[in-house]
Amino acid sequence: MTELENVNPNVYKKSEDRKVTKADEDEDVVDPFDEREIFDLIRNINDPEHPLTLEELHVLEQSLITVDNEKNIVNILFTPTIPHCSMATLIGLSIRVKLLRALPPRFKVSVEINPGTHASEHAVNKQLTDKERVAAALENTHLMEVINQCIGMPLK
Amino acid sequence: MGKLELLQTLTGHVGRVWSAAWHPGGKVFASCGEDKTIRVWTKTDTDRWVAQTVLTDGHTRTIRDVAWSYCGHYLASASFDTTVAVWDKKSGEFECNATLEGHDNEVKSVTWSRSGNLLATCSRDKSVWIWEINHAPDQEDEYECVAVLNGHTQDVKKVCWHPQEDLLASASYDNTIRMYRQDLADSEWEMLEPLESHSSTVWSIAFDVTGKRLASCSEDKTVKIWQQYGPDNTLGIPCPERGTVWKCVCTLSGYHSRSVYDIDWCKQTGLLATACGDDMVRIFKEASDSDPNEPTFELVVTIEAHSQDANKVTWHPTVAGVLLTTSDDGEIKVWQYVDAD
Repeated sequence: MTELENVNPNVYKKSEDRKVTKADEDEDVVDPFDEREIFDLIRNINDPEHPLTLEELHVLEQSLITVDNEKNIVNILFTPTIPHCSMATLIGLSIRVKLLRALPPRFKVSVEINPGTHASEHAVNKQLTDKERVAAALENTHLMEVINQCIGMPLK
Repeated sequence: MGKLELLQTLTGHVGRVWSAAWHPGGKVFASCGEDKTIRVWTKTDTDRWVAQTVLTDGHTRTIRDVAWSYCGHYLASASFDTTVAVWDKKSGEFECNATLEGHDNEVKSVTWSRSGNLLATCSRDKSVWIWEINHAPDQEDEYECVAVLNGHTQDVKKVCWHPQEDLLASASYDNTIRMYRQDLADSEWEMLEPLESHSSTVWSIAFDVTGKRLASCSEDKTVKIWQQYGPDNTLGIPCPERGTVWKCVCTLSGYHSRSVYDIDWCKQTGLLATACGDDMVRIFKEASDSDPNEPTFELVVTIEAHSQDANKVTWHPTVAGVLLTTSDDGEIKVWQYVDAD
């Protein structure tokens, strides 16, 4: 990467760790997936061009995640840092790949741009929804290297 | 209402099963998927389908689609590796005896013409290619690209030949369906006016037995029925000189809760089957009092056919009501439709 698209992004505080309750530790209690759990799976994905997580850049927020555990639906809205961000598709793809690997296959995951926050919102959403093109992208070794770097935990 | 009874669940593929195709004789079918293999299934003495042949060395990436020639001697496979392989059994075993190269990007679909000497392919590279096959006795078959058709502005998902004529249809990410035929004067392949009505990707298309109707299914969660009108039509629909025009005469909306990935129109029963991203397979039947110019279709079956997205539905070529479905869950299922009327 030669030039940063968004040189000075706003950086936000990370959220507190999830509080573990008694019921969480009880093996006999079935814990359905909830918004916080999905958020925890993806909030530490790295931004492709900054050494920051998607949470710190407010690309991902727990309030923009909806989960219906019974109906197997997970919907994520993400907010690109700038309206012309050329990384939007890559970021969305990273979120999809992370959830593809982490969630049971019963879930239908949709990853879309937070409405009104990107110039090519419709085109990016259409690409991210097209499972055939996503499957083809995942077979691209170069792209997968980049995505795996984003998905890996940040270097501390 | 009707019923779909499960005859058999077939496993063997690793990961998503994208497509499957019946051999024209109906005693064999082939399937393909992300594991880069083609499985050729036949029936045992005990009436169970088994994969007696697994073709593993044809492609280096996902195999998206398979298609048998009408003569039944050839099997073509379309792959994300940008090639199409043609397999035959001339040596007694299935062998890849031709690899068609030329597309710049993933090949999404492959189809044989009724006459058997034309093959069409389409790709992420936005083009549709038509190949002519020169069968030479005692020699290798030759495949020659006779047309590269660049009508679509986006990824082309599906190609499908007319059941009788050399008329080709294609469906695309650009939301349209296009048709192509050979100009009789100069034998060049020409593009007809696009069929516009869907509001998102058209995933698949299927002609009915007459070839005068086409069904399409889309990311927009609808199914549409298109009717061909000739210059002599009684409705006064204007047609191009000597040509015909296709009009959307019916939209089935509100039935599918997610993308509709495939559709097939049974040549024997007239039943329409769809494969949907909500794991369901649905079957529609034309109403008995349906007006041909404004047809009505009734939903007769909704079944949770798979545990993940259904990708393909295909009716048996000779036995009425037998349906094959494939899914992201790695399974292939064979069903029997039973009319409950």
